[in-house]
Amino acid sequence: MRRLEMIVSRLAWFVPTLAGLVVIVFLISNVIPTDPVRVLLGENATPAQVEAMRIQLGYDQPLWVQLARHFRDVLSGNLGISIYTQRPISEDLAQRLPATLELTLVAITLSIALGIPLGVISALKRNSLWDHVVRVLSVSGLAIAAFWLAMLLQFLFAMKLGAAPLNSRIDGFGPTPVTGFMIVDSLLDWDMESLRSALSHMALPALTLALPAAATIVRFTRAGVLDVINSNHVLYQRAMGMPPGLIVWKYVLRNALTSTVTQIGLIFGVLVTNAVIVETVFDWPGIGTFAVQSILQSDHKAIIGFTIWIGALIVIVNLLVDIVHSFIDPRGTR
Amino acid sequence: MMPGWRRGLGRFARDRAAALGVTLLVVLIVLAIFAPILAPYPGDVADFHTANRLHAPDADNWLGTDRMGSDLLSRIVFGARITITIAFVAVGSAVVVGVPIGLLAGYYGGWPSNLLMRVSDIFLAVPQIVLAIAIAQTLGPSIENVILALSVTYWPFWARLVFAETRSLKNEVFIESAIALGASPWRVMVLHVLPNIASSIIVRTSIGMGGTILTAAALGFLGLGAPAPTPEWGRMIAESREFLPEAWWYATAPGVAIFVVVMGFNLVGDGLRDFLDPRIRRGASGSGAGGT
Repeated sequence: MRRLEMIVSRLAWFVPTLAGLVVIVFLISNVIPTDPVRVLLGENATPAQVEAMRIQLGYDQPLWVQLARHFRDVLSGNLGISIYTQRPISEDLAQRLPATLELTLVAITLSIALGIPLGVISALKRNSLWDHVVRVLSVSGLAIAAFWLAMLLQFLFAMKLGAAPLNSRIDGFGPTPVTGFMIVDSLLDWDMESLRSALSHMALPALTLALPAAATIVRFTRAGVLDVINSNHVLYQRAMGMPPGLIVWKYVLRNALTSTVTQIGLIFGVLVTNAVIVETVFDWPGIGTFAVQSILQSDHKAIIGFTIWIGALIVIVNLLVDIVHSFIDPRGTR
Repeated sequence: MMPGWRRGLGRFARDRAAALGVTLLVVLIVLAIFAPILAPYPGDVADFHTANRLHAPDADNWLGTDRMGSDLLSRIVFGARITITIAFVAVGSAVVVGVPIGLLAGYYGGWPSNLLMRVSDIFLAVPQIVLAIAIAQTLGPSIENVILALSVTYWPFWARLVFAETRSLKNEVFIESAIALGASPWRVMVLHVLPNIASSIIVRTSIGMGGTILTAAALGFLGLGAPAPTPEWGRMIAESREFLPEAWWYATAPGVAIFVVVMGFNLVGDGLRDFLDPRIRRGASGSGAGGT
């Protein structure tokens, strides 16, 4: 079973990768001297207060002791107390993760639903007006700054047309939290008012994230389909008089989409990157907003915690992508 | 060799998209170099005239004025200098660090190169902006620190690329024969390996420029770039947010500027790929963000 071997070896790399990540982020945020204690206590703190807080937070210890302590804490799932919210960082992250996951999952679904059909049609109607329009749009989608697109959509749909809410995640208290996904929770409560509110709040941030991602998917799908259409086996099927629709559905798509699936792991990374910024623009209560807040507060521990969580998330997604890929394209696993 | 190059050059010249990209970049570079001459109000980078604040575009201020009454067009033109400096210096340093690391690791192998590649994998496991934000924040807001943060997070892209290509080239007959003829490792790497992977490096660099400009603008937007009143485009967009429904031109000018420049680099990158490597079909490029 090559597939099992692949999964096991990838899982074995999971721990060292994360450990390395912890070290790198720890060094980055400690080697360079800014003083989180000063930031925390403000300008008017007495030297004695600063010293007391430094000892309380463990900043008086040598760097390697701090690192060792940090590893012990990470292993026990304790990422420390957020200087800003005064709550455990793991709790803050866990509470906010569903908001980010829901947003990125909706965005990636949207981008696939937009990107794959556009890419396939574009390739099948190569060099038509439609193809040119799609290609121009996809090149543009990659050049647009996510935070600017966010503001553009806010301006058009929230401020001018009033078609969608400006920011935040839901009106009122929302449904009973079960999964933390507003859309799922409102369905579980069968609360249509909340569902409508959740969806309308979701629309603009999800669109902001989905458009650049869709642009990438269009490009890969188009290239993949063109590649397969010009291959020998499709030429042969055509020569044998097989109906073009059947060729496309049964043979072209499956072969062309393997490269697109590989890209989805990559696209997820880009989505998370953009989510950090986009969440800030839309006041979306996810881990991106938390990260930006922590950064502005010089909260090293919170930044480290966030980085570890994001790193783990992306490594897991890439593993899932590899597993899905091994089912669609079994060549590498036999 | 020559006829192939000439054909490729002809194709690059006929490629309308690439020509558009080159034009955009030339305009950007001219604006950056001659900013003090071309900007209608060069003093407005630092000066403010609060009586004129938030004027819509008109004959005097083609792109309108900002919250301090400064001419937006002038600030955009000077912002081109910052954008171009960040892109070239940050990507340049990432290439200068990443390419030798990838070359050495790919050529020699063994545990040191495994270690180096593992370290770069770790860097690649996290979105670039997350690390860049952490670094830029600890260093404090300035252009130099943005450049440093971006170079530190970008070198693994080039190290990985060069590593993979060097490893596969090492088994080619012409490299083996060069080694058999007694060429020093240094000579093999610089004269035989490097020229053969140069096209991949150039293409990745061009597309990486666009991604770098987007990330730098995002850092500026978060307040981690140059301090006010530097006319950095990302910062200008952040400043414009509170005036959004009324002063629509304020956010439009820097947003369009970023879009046009990133588009220029991406189009040139696509064109260069077709030109340098005709085997790769146009359209199958990376995401542009971070040169992935």
